[in-house]
Amino acid sequence: MAAKVAHDDIEVGTEIPAQDITVRRVDLLRYCGACSDFTATHWNERIAKAVGLPDVIAHGTYTIAAAVRVVTDWAGDPSALVEYSVRRFTRPVVVPDDDAGATVRITGVVERKLDDRRAVIRLRARFEGLEVMSGARAVVRLA
Amino acid sequence: MALNHDFIGRTHGPSEVYEVSREKIRDYAIATGDTHPVYLDPEAARALGHPDVIAPPSFAVMLFFRFGGWPLYDPEFGKRKEPVCVHRAQRVEHRRPIGPGDRLVQTTTVDDMSVMGEHEQWVMTHRISTVDGEHVCTVVNTILSRGTADLPRQAPAPVLQPQEA
Repeated sequence: MAAKVAHDDIEVGTEIPAQDITVRRVDLLRYCGACSDFTATHWNERIAKAVGLPDVIAHGTYTIAAAVRVVTDWAGDPSALVEYSVRRFTRPVVVPDDDAGATVRITGVVERKLDDRRAVIRLRARFEGLEVMSGARAVVRLA
Repeated sequence: MALNHDFIGRTHGPSEVYEVSREKIRDYAIATGDTHPVYLDPEAARALGHPDVIAPPSFAVMLFFRFGGWPLYDPEFGKRKEPVCVHRAQRVEHRRPIGPGDRLVQTTTVDDMSVMGEHEQWVMTHRISTVDGEHVCTVVNTILSRGTADLPRQAPAPVLQPQEA
């Protein structure tokens, strides 16, 4: 509708502003409730450890939902985002029971320019220096 | 294989009607940590050319559990409380943003089921439309069933509640 970035002003390789996303236990609880996804590994430390995880982990869907914010904030109007995808959630984001939580670094770069003022943004999400998803992309329609 | 691969090609829906509200959009946006005013403030949304607030791009993903999580809790599907399932991949495509007053229905199709080493996985497509038939959004989820490739199928599995999955 009203993207603030013009398709003509970007090129392949243009970096979009990175953001750090903080995930605490309370954020996961809120997301469990908002999505009705009460899978126990996202809120119950006992069950998470019983299935071999180091601790409670964030929903992959939460991580990508939060990650696309770098694209919608950059575009200026979230309706500019027409598609996003993750080929594989590769590593869990482990969320400790403390006030600091887990920090995920989200970066994005223009990978391809398409017709109809669209562009493909390649997204990366790093937690403790390692990528937590592979093949993450967003398609955005610019001004 | 613990899961019932006869589900390939099966379709469930259309679901009951889900009516989108401003308050749910607000709660959902806050839950993802994104408080962009276009999700919360109708005036700010109008300034961007929208008739009302819009839902975050990931809002449509929420409908899977809201509509009962089929096929997860179908006893014939073979999913049990343990081992756990995890999300392997996801794709979300929008024709337009979702907004308050939208009356949405969802139809889910199991596109594929396969063995991945010791695991099984399935791919399902959720087609989200208005009750009037306008296609609004498509969500494709790939779910990994950990360590179940070599387990026998025991049907029917006990019916699970969403908080147990």
